[in-house]
Formats: sequence, structure tokens, C-alpha cells
Amino acid sequence: MMRRACVMLLAVVLLLPAMALSQGAKGAVVIAFKDDISTLDPAIGYDWQNWSIIKSLFDGLMDYEPGTTTLVPHLAESYTISSDGRTYTFKIRRGVKFTNGREVTAADFKYSLERTLHPKTQSPGAGFFGGIRGAKAFQDGKTKEVTGITAVDPQTLRITLDEANAAFLHTMAINFSHVVPREEVEKAGADFGHKPVGSGAFRLKEWVLGQRLVLERNPDYFLKDRPRAAEIVIQVGVEPSVALLRFQRGEVDILGDGIPPARFVQVMADANLKGLVVTGEQLQTGYVTINTQVKPFTDVRVRRALNMAIDKTKIVRIINNRASPASQVLPPRMPGYDRAYKGYAYDPAAARRLLAEAGYRNGFSTVLYANNTDPNPRIAQAIQADLRKIGVRADLKTLAQSTVIEAGGTRGRAPLIWSGGMAWIADYPDPNNFYWPILSCAARGPGSWNWAWYCNQKAEQMAKAADAMVRADQAAARAERFQAMYRLVMADAPWIPIFNERRFTMRSARLSGSAAIFVDPIHIPVHYDEVGLK
Amino acid sequence: MASYLFVRLGQAVLVLLGIVFLTFFLAFIVPADPARMIAGQSATVETVQRIRHELGLDQPLGAQFWRYLRQVARGDLGRSYAQKVEVAALLRSRFPATVQLMAAGILCELLIGLPAGILAAVRRDTWLDRSVMVGAFLGVSAPQFAVGLLLLYLVAFRFALLPLGGYGSLAHVILPALTLGIAGGGWYARVMRSAMVEVLSQDFVRTARAKGLPPAQVVSRHALKNAVLPIVTMVGLDFGTFMGGVVVVESVFGWPGIGQLAWQAIQIVDIPVILGVVIFSAIAIVTGNVLADLAYPWLDPKIRYQ
Repeated sequence: MMRRACVMLLAVVLLLPAMALSQGAKGAVVIAFKDDISTLDPAIGYDWQNWSIIKSLFDGLMDYEPGTTTLVPHLAESYTISSDGRTYTFKIRRGVKFTNGREVTAADFKYSLERTLHPKTQSPGAGFFGGIRGAKAFQDGKTKEVTGITAVDPQTLRITLDEANAAFLHTMAINFSHVVPREEVEKAGADFGHKPVGSGAFRLKEWVLGQRLVLERNPDYFLKDRPRAAEIVIQVGVEPSVALLRFQRGEVDILGDGIPPARFVQVMADANLKGLVVTGEQLQTGYVTINTQVKPFTDVRVRRALNMAIDKTKIVRIINNRASPASQVLPPRMPGYDRAYKGYAYDPAAARRLLAEAGYRNGFSTVLYANNTDPNPRIAQAIQADLRKIGVRADLKTLAQSTVIEAGGTRGRAPLIWSGGMAWIADYPDPNNFYWPILSCAARGPGSWNWAWYCNQKAEQMAKAADAMVRADQAAARAERFQAMYRLVMADAPWIPIFNERRFTMRSARLSGSAAIFVDPIHIPVHYDEVGLK
Repeated sequence: MASYLFVRLGQAVLVLLGIVFLTFFLAFIVPADPARMIAGQSATVETVQRIRHELGLDQPLGAQFWRYLRQVARGDLGRSYAQKVEVAALLRSRFPATVQLMAAGILCELLIGLPAGILAAVRRDTWLDRSVMVGAFLGVSAPQFAVGLLLLYLVAFRFALLPLGGYGSLAHVILPALTLGIAGGGWYARVMRSAMVEVLSQDFVRTARAKGLPPAQVVSRHALKNAVLPIVTMVGLDFGTFMGGVVVVESVFGWPGIGQLAWQAIQIVDIPVILGVVIFSAIAIVTGNVLADLAYPWLDPKIRYQ
């Protein structure tokens, strides 16, 4: 009896793996992530993981051509800009439907924008729309609606700004402005982020918390040949090294968290695996902030000396060449990137001379904060070693991300911060996005991300003037204005730009779609609407 | 019995209150602002302040604690800052996987630890005893992360006998449970060995031997029941610990348990989730201890509640 039971148990155990392996959906693209998906509410979701998923469930007036940073109308059929650059009138496509079957109208856009702005929503994106006329009064509870947003008729939406802003159309492409149906938001209440209903290429089929999320094709999507995949299965809780093993066994199509750093060299040395890796630039700069309010960094010569002291190519080697050395604030793929500008060359001798000139012949002691997740402590150690060579003794404080963010936003707290692990990835591909939230006088203050506590009124005026150039034929002149403005910033040296990370996306051989969609600058790790199965 | 349970429950409530109090204040001492974590990188200072106000984080700490306590007393653990979902729903979603891994983990510990410990005690001071103890030492000291990855690589990847992590069937639980079993089994073996060595030297065992019982029966019928008490305590403790989540094992195997939830919440200072997990774990630990206490007199009639 006992023996028979043992044999049965063994049989079950041996059969189970076969059953488990067959669970993987055959017609679906499978992506594995380490962390759970937080929320799919477009007004709230704001991490790199849910950002692209939300983009595939919801739509905005504007969008980007897949694989590029080219802004194009999306749910807007067309738009006009008033001569003073303050009023935008959008014509909305007819026949676009939410997945509950109702047609999308201008009133839905007004509702969605007001929802993002409403304090009760606690949207991290509310600040993007603060420039709409009447937004402030609405947020303060003085008005019941935002006066600058008008649904003229079901197909016409008019938005008026307080000041001209050339990047405004980009804010109409970010998730926080994506359209949601009021009735579904009210029905789901606070759970809308887990019961999302939009007009996007996909709709949510299943969400098992902590395990998986399944998206299925929206059959009524207004672009008839999209999405290309019938289903996307997003597995969560998968350790990156285990995800790689699953990938190698054909159970996973895309490594959501990228190639695990510890296995990177091995993967790139394997001809078969290397052939499945797509490489591309991303809109990111890794930098060290120099607190301009903390002595001796109040002296621009000291800040410049620090810029000359860091051997960036060595740091790039530490992360297995997964980046290129950076010379300036903007990353190379960002409009306005200054190819002629070479930045501060690595020259420790010149750095020492500059320090001596500033009265620090024997150097000084300071503190360098960094995130405690690999490879950031190693990078911070390399920076520390380089600074030591010019006599600057930096104590390392490697801490949890939230603690470093808190230190950066506290006046006078953190002299130097290595931004890795919290680094700036652009919200939208416009040069002003690297200025206003992290380098501007407007952003400087407790709790902000201007960790250099930097403010140059001249740069501020130049950025404002450039933002007023809203006409399409002014784009080149505007980019030049920003180049001049960023040169001024670099002369003040509030940052040491270290590197621009490159993306290495591993995708299985059974996937179809152009290489560009796997390193899409807006969609990480992949443009879900564009990926298909061969 | 009833009065004993009543006293234990009263103690449990006090312990829980103390733990909630400590965790709540520790969460606020940490120099990190949840509002800023929610607000993200582009948020203006104003947006952060609005979020802080909406969450009630701008109120005095005492008022916040009092509000939280009243809320918990009503059975409401609040909503996750990051996921905007009821904390209770998050805990519920992790509960089945946590219970499954806890049960399977303890089973593996017992299956590995008890026979090893008994064998070492019976063959005391032989090469077998020494080998078992060295094995137990290795099991206890090997990092679970390494053991888990090694098992995954060999069993699941190389020989493709079991799934590569994940959750859903009995096959999925074998490797994570075995990883827990290898570490815990080492402890169990050591404790079992010393308890058994002591029992085997007692008079009633000598009597059993003297009346001619085969050695196997001496151990299984007489000695085991008397040596197993410390093991019950350990199972009780493991029940609580495993229910509170085994972060490393859950991470390696992609097991959707409480530990994974806690780890993610800690990284983004999601205080309601952290507090929810702490309360849940504390209840589990107290329950485990009470269950162990209740099992003693059943195993050893000499023990009575007072």
C-alpha cells in the first residue's frame, strides 16, 4: 500500500513539470520582470515598468512614431496653435472607442486632465499641467473646473496656457494626459488602477497580483493593424538571473529588467545569445550633483576642478561598457544635444591647479552620497578614488534610494550625490525636460530634485525664451537657444555628467518587429503595440 | 486550558500593540518621505506637498498613529501608497502562496532534519555521526540565495525536471521548499541529535532494550516521542517566521509570498503595506508559539497548563 502510494506520488511529481511548462501561452509574447506592477492608472503610474504598459492600454492626443522621438498627432486628427502660442485647438478623431464601447469625446479629455490635476487623485504628473490657465485655482479648490480647458464640441478640445510653452505638445503625449472614461473611473473608484479601461491597443485580460498580468488585443482599436501581438503576458517576481535561464529555455521572450549585470560579459561572449541583443541609446544621463550652496562648492573653480578630475572612460568600463562617457547635461539622442561641445577633459593636473587657485592647495574633505544597489557603490568608489587624486577626500554614504532622495532635497545636506539608480530619464524628448525639474531656479527648494541647489537667472530667462518659440519653423532656432543655455550651465558646473547609459534588450528569435522598437526611447523594455510573433 | 488561552490572547494583543507602535515610529524616523517617492522625479514641490496633505502625512505623528490604530481596530489596514490597493487585498493575494511554502518548507525541514538527527544520535561518535553533523553545518551556513540558484540551475535548467521558478503547481513548490529544508533541516538535525542522545541514555530506554525490543522499535516507540519536544518548539517558530515571508527564497524562485511584498514595500517606503505585513507576521508568530504550547501536553502528559 505504502509502496503504491510512493510510486503514484513520484509519477505525479514527474508529470507536473510537463504540465507546468505547457502553461506558457503559445500565442503570447512573454516578458519577465522582477518587481510587481504597481498601478495602471494613467494619472498615477510613474515608473519605467508601468509607463509602457499604460501607453498600450490608454491613448493621448499626441504620440511618438515607434522607435523614435518624433512627435505626431494620435487621437488628435490635427491641431492648430494660436499666433501667441498660448491656445491649442485639437480636432479629435471620430469613431475612437473606449473598450467599454463608448466613443471618446473632447469632454473625456477635459475630465481626464482635470482628474490628473485634482489633488484627491494624488497624481505625480499634476505639475506638467500647472501652466494651463486656471489650473492653480482649480487645485486650490477655488473653481470647479479648469477654465483653460474647453470641450468646444464633441470633436474639438481647446486648451489655453498662461504662457507659451513649446514642450506643451509633448505633455499631451505623456501618460498623465491620456484619456479615461469617467463612468469607469467612478465605477471602479480607487481601484481604477487595477481595473483600467481605456481606448488603447490592448485591454487588461487578467491580473493576478504578484504573479502575472495579461493584456489582450483590443479588437476595436482605431489603428486597424495594431497591436501586432494577440496577447502579452507579463510575469512578475522573476529574479533577472532566473529570467535569463527561462529565456534560454524559450519560456520568456524579453528580459524586462535587462541582462543581469553579473551575466552580461558571458552573454556578450556567446555568439548565439549576442545575436539576440539589440543595442540603443536612451534618454538618460548619469551625473554627480555638486551642491552649489555648500562650501567649498560655492566657488565655481572648485566645481570645475571636480569636473576635470573624473576619468569617465574608466567608470564606463566598470559597467562593462554599457554606456558612453557624457560631456554635457543632455543625452545624445535628445533634440538640442550639442555635438560641438566637448565638456571638461579629464586632466587631474589642471584640476589640482584650479583647486590651488581657489585656495585649496591641500584639498578638502566632503561627502559623496550614492544609492546602495549594484553597480552604484562601485561607481561611487571610482569617483571617490579619482577625487582623492586631486586631494579631495570624499566620505562615501551608500544608502537606500529613498534616503538619498531625501538627502538631495534637504538644504545643505548632501555636498555630492551620484545619481545612479535614481538617474534622470526624460519624461518626454524635449531639452527643457532636463532643465525645469532638476536645474532650474523654479525647482530649487526643499524636496525638489534640483540636488545641486543650482540657480542662474540668466539660464532661466534663456530657457523661458526658448520655450516661447512654439512654431514648428522655430524648432532649430529653439534647439540652438537650449544649446547656448546648457553651455552656460556647464560653465557653472553644478553637475559632473558621467555617462549616458545604453540599452541592451534581449529578445527571443520568435519575435518580429524592427530593432528600433526594442530600444524605443519612450517605451521600456519594448513598444508593446509594435512587437509581434513570427 | 480556556483560561490559559485567554491569558495568551491577552498577551498577544499587547505584543501586537507594541509591535505596531514600534514599526510606526521607526517608519517615520527613517529619513525618507513617502510623498516624494510617490510624486516621482518631475513633481514640483507643490505636488509633493499636496500628496503629503492628501495622505495625512502633514499631521502630527501622534494624530497619525491614533488614526491608524482606530482604523486597524475596524479591520481596515489602509491602502498602499504605491499600488493604491487595499493592504488587506494585497495580503490576501499573497496568503495562499505563503501558506503553501510554509507547509512545504517545514515538511522538508522535518524530512531532512529528523532522520539525520536520529541517525547521528543512534550511531553516535561514528563516521556517520560526524558526516551528518558536517552536512548539517554546511546546510545551515550555506547562503539560501546560492543554494536556491544552484538547485534552479541543476534541477530546473540543466536537467529540466522542474519548472524554473514561479508558482502554480506542486512542482513549483519543490525547489523553494527544499532550499528552506536544507537550511532548516541542518538546525533540526543538530537539535534532534542532542535531544535523542540525552533520551537514549535514560533508564526507560535501557529497560526497553533489556526486555529485548529491537533497536528500531526502541527509538520509534519510546525515545522519539520524548526527544521531539524541542522540535515542536522549532516548528512553532518556523511557522511564524515562514508566514512572515522568506524574502531571499521568494525572490530567487519568484514565489509570490508575503516576503516579496514586504521587500518591495520597504524599498519605496510604502508605510501602510509595511505595517500590514508586520501585523500579519506578528500574528503568525504569536499563533505559531501558541500552537507549539498547545502541542506540548498532547505529546508529554507530564506538562500541564497553569
